[in-house]
Formats: sequence, C-alpha cells, structure tokens
Amino acid sequence: MTDQISNIAEKREMTINMGPQHPSTHGVLRLELDLDGEVIKNTRPNIGYLHRCFEKYAEEMDDYSKVIPYTDRMDYVSAMNQEHGYVIAVERMLEIEVPERVEYIRVIMAEMQRIASHLLGIGAFGLDLGAFTPFLYCFIEREKILDIFEKTSGARLLYNYYAIGGMIKDVHPDFKKDTNEFVKTFRPKIKELNDLLSGNKIFIKRTANIGVLPEKVALNYGASGPVLRGSGVEWDLRKNDPYSIYDRFDFEIPIGKGEMGTLGDCWDRYIVRVREMEQSLRIIEQALEGMPDEGDVTEGIPKRIRPKEGELYARSETPRGELGYYIISDKSASPFRVKARAPSFVHLGLLPAISKGALIADMVAIVGSIDIVLGEVDR
Amino acid sequence: MKTPEEIFNYLTNQFGEEDLSFESRDIGQPWITVLASKIREVSKFLRDDSELLFDTLMCLSGIHYPKEEELGVAYHLHSTKLTHNIALKVRVPESKPNVPSVESIWKTANWHEREAWDMVGVVFDDHPNHKRILLPDDWEGHPLRKDYVQQEFYQGMPTGE
Repeated sequence: MTDQISNIAEKREMTINMGPQHPSTHGVLRLELDLDGEVIKNTRPNIGYLHRCFEKYAEEMDDYSKVIPYTDRMDYVSAMNQEHGYVIAVERMLEIEVPERVEYIRVIMAEMQRIASHLLGIGAFGLDLGAFTPFLYCFIEREKILDIFEKTSGARLLYNYYAIGGMIKDVHPDFKKDTNEFVKTFRPKIKELNDLLSGNKIFIKRTANIGVLPEKVALNYGASGPVLRGSGVEWDLRKNDPYSIYDRFDFEIPIGKGEMGTLGDCWDRYIVRVREMEQSLRIIEQALEGMPDEGDVTEGIPKRIRPKEGELYARSETPRGELGYYIISDKSASPFRVKARAPSFVHLGLLPAISKGALIADMVAIVGSIDIVLGEVDR
Repeated sequence: MKTPEEIFNYLTNQFGEEDLSFESRDIGQPWITVLASKIREVSKFLRDDSELLFDTLMCLSGIHYPKEEELGVAYHLHSTKLTHNIALKVRVPESKPNVPSVESIWKTANWHEREAWDMVGVVFDDHPNHKRILLPDDWEGHPLRKDYVQQEFYQGMPTGE
C-alpha cells in the first residue's frame, strides 16, 4: 500500500475522469484530464451520452412541422430560440412572409427566453464556484418568465409554440401586462445581481485571468455568441446578419474588455451575459410598444409544406451563440437532410485549447463560463 | 463583400475551371462543388486571400446520396471581416469515401469531421484524431446513411426499436 502511494507521488502524472456525473459539467459530460499534480496537461471531452440522433428523426418525419418539438429538446433551456431558428429556415425555403404580429411575438418570446437562459447560465456558474445565493435569486426571476410562457403556450420548458408561417395560437390576454410588469421589476434585479456576484471579490479571483480565449483562436475554432463577444469581437447575428425583425430595434452588443484581468477570460464571458440581459429588456420594451394589437397569428400557416428542390443554411442567435440549420429539400414532404449546427458543440470543442495549463479547480470555472447545454451538444 | 458568383469567378481564375463547378437549385443558396483532392488547397486560399478572408467555418455536414451511391461533405464558410458567405461541396463515391481534412485550416473542423465520419462514414485523411464522437467506438454502421439498419444488440444489450 505505502509502495503504491509513493509510486504515484513520484510520477505525479495521472489521468482522471471528471464526470459523467459531476455536478459542474451541467449534464452528462465526461472530461478525461491528464494531470501533472494539479495542473491540466490535456483535456479530452467525451460526449454522446444524450445522443438521440435528432437528425435521423427529422429526416424520417413525414412533415417539416413535426420536427419542431424535437428542436425544443436540443437546447432545453432556450427552447423558444431553437424553434425560432428552425422555423425561419423552413420559411426561407418556402419563400413565405409571416404576419407583423407574429414577428413581434416571436421576438418578445425569444428575448424573454434569452434572459431566462442567461439567468440559469449565470446562476449555475456562480453555484459552481461556491456562490449559492445568486443562484436562488436568478431562479426567482427565471420562474416569472416561465410563468408568462406557461400562460401562453401551456408548457414551462418545451413549448412547441412557434409554427412554420405563424404561431400555434395567440398569446394569453394578460401577456402584454405581465411582460411589462416583468420588465419593470427585473431591471433593478440586474443591479442586485451585479452587487451580489459580478463585483464580488472571491468571484473575480476565481474567474479573472482564467481560461483566456484570444480573438484569433476564438474565430478559428468557430466560437460565437457570448463566448466570441467575451473575447472582444463585436459580433451578433441579430445585428450582423439580421433575421426576423431585429433590424428595427435599437440595442447594443456588449463585448468583453478585460476589465478585471485579461481580455477573453471567464469573467468577460460572464459579464457579457449580464449586460445582454439589459439589452434584451430594451428590445422587449420596444417590441411591446410596436406590436400590433390585431391580427390572426395562425392564418399564415401553410396547409401543405413542400419546399422546392434546393438547400440552405440559416442561422440565428441563441443565448449560446450561432444556431445553424442546414436543410436540403428534395421536393418531398420530409426534409432530405437536416443538420443542426449547435453552438455548445463547437464551444466544447475549444475547451482543450483554453484549459491547457489551468488548475483542476479552474476547470469548473471554464466549463461554467462557456455555458454548454448537453442536449444540444449530443443532439 | 462578394456574391457567390463573384467568389466562384475569383476561384476559377486561380484554380482553373476543371476542378470547380457552380451549382444552384430552384430555391435556397448556391454552392461550389470542388474536386475532393483539391479541397484543402482551395480552403487555404479561401482563408488567406486578402479579398476572400473566410476566417470561420460555420458548419460542416456529411450527406448521403443513396441514388448516386455517393457521400457528400458541405462546408459553410463566413468571413467576419468582409461579411460574405459561401458554401462548398465535395462528393466522393461510397466505395472510396476519402476527403482531405481541413482541420489544419479551421480548428472547428476537428469535431465536425469526426461527426461526419460517425454519422455518415466519410473518411477524412490526415485528421489528427479520426474517431467516432457521438456514438461508442465499437458501434456498427453510420446512422445517417439512408440504408442504415440499426444493430440488434450492442455489447449484449438489446438496442430496442
């Protein structure tokens, strides 16, 4: 026994598994870590534990609209954004326009979902680093958003609310009132969150200068969303490749500036999410004001969905980054090929690059800061 | 910023017309079909040329064409500096599905190529870690092929319907 221990101590190098049932991997993810003492030499992410082959399901559906519930289950904490990405792709294939009111409802839903998703991401990030209270505060606010979603769509997580060419049904009569109320009460809560977590000395010590992702590396690895913006790149598909009606709204793209340490560290990625919530509130306010009161949201839904032959790649900005759908149509009622390009999949791929040389405890901070959802990684 | 046609013309000036062809269908986006053996050379040019600067690979997808008995790989590129997009496509026969890896050009390709191997069965030459990614290493077949039949048992466990 003592011989064995001294052998390990001499060698110092070992490989350990983090996960698949580790609380800070945010799902079932296994990281093989090659360690030298406490220092990470190499990281090998092992994924696939939640693989359901979404793409095969999509190809075997006899209708494009039957794919929508499956998209919900990809990134289950931002299901509205997932549906939005898919419906705009199919609508572009059909070359149809959707009514004004639908566009406004979609944008409000997508931005509310962005806030809900960021709250979960931020809360869980804090929790990973030992800050328990902000997690509960975030969940109080997230719950309010889910209540609004539940009133309208009937579901709290997996909504199946967007339809190709419209929405499944109109919003609840209280929707405008509830949303306005939420926007009003939520703004001061962001300040509270900043006081609790963003400026917290211990939190800054754990996140600043950790997991630095330089701009060039980020682009080469295909990073997008808050991960790319945290590295100082002003890049947001809502502005740079506008879809839906995002070009009508006035909002800013928050980027990392290296305020607490190095540009592109964990704190930068975190603060981008906090600031994005404020911008989402601005969009929601403008959209609530501009939303037409009248209009049938179901009238534009086509009875028969059969795109002509062709293919396209459509992308949209989800809370995690660029969600792309590559769809090939062969004129039949079901898609010939659907490929989902999930941002979490790409971001997990760059984990080995930013965790080299970090301490094993910092791995928790790095995984939390790229905010992955395993349902989307494994599809 | 260039349109797909302009990018195609720019490429044919550099590489000649034999290895490249411009294709489009009734709807959607056009693409450039590239001879498999040329894909790495073309990709490198697309990334480094000062008038193209395709710095990101947005998506890489494997496709199975059962009628032609071919496999395809689609590359969707984007330039954040010049804000233009282009799609490339490579087609190889099922019997010899080898495509040069572009991992050395865009690191994103590493995982995407592993996924295309796992799901469709395209072999990427010179890939640094050519292994399955979503399925277990000892899984049989490639699920996204149109003629795929799921194995009945995996390590003695029934795989179900």
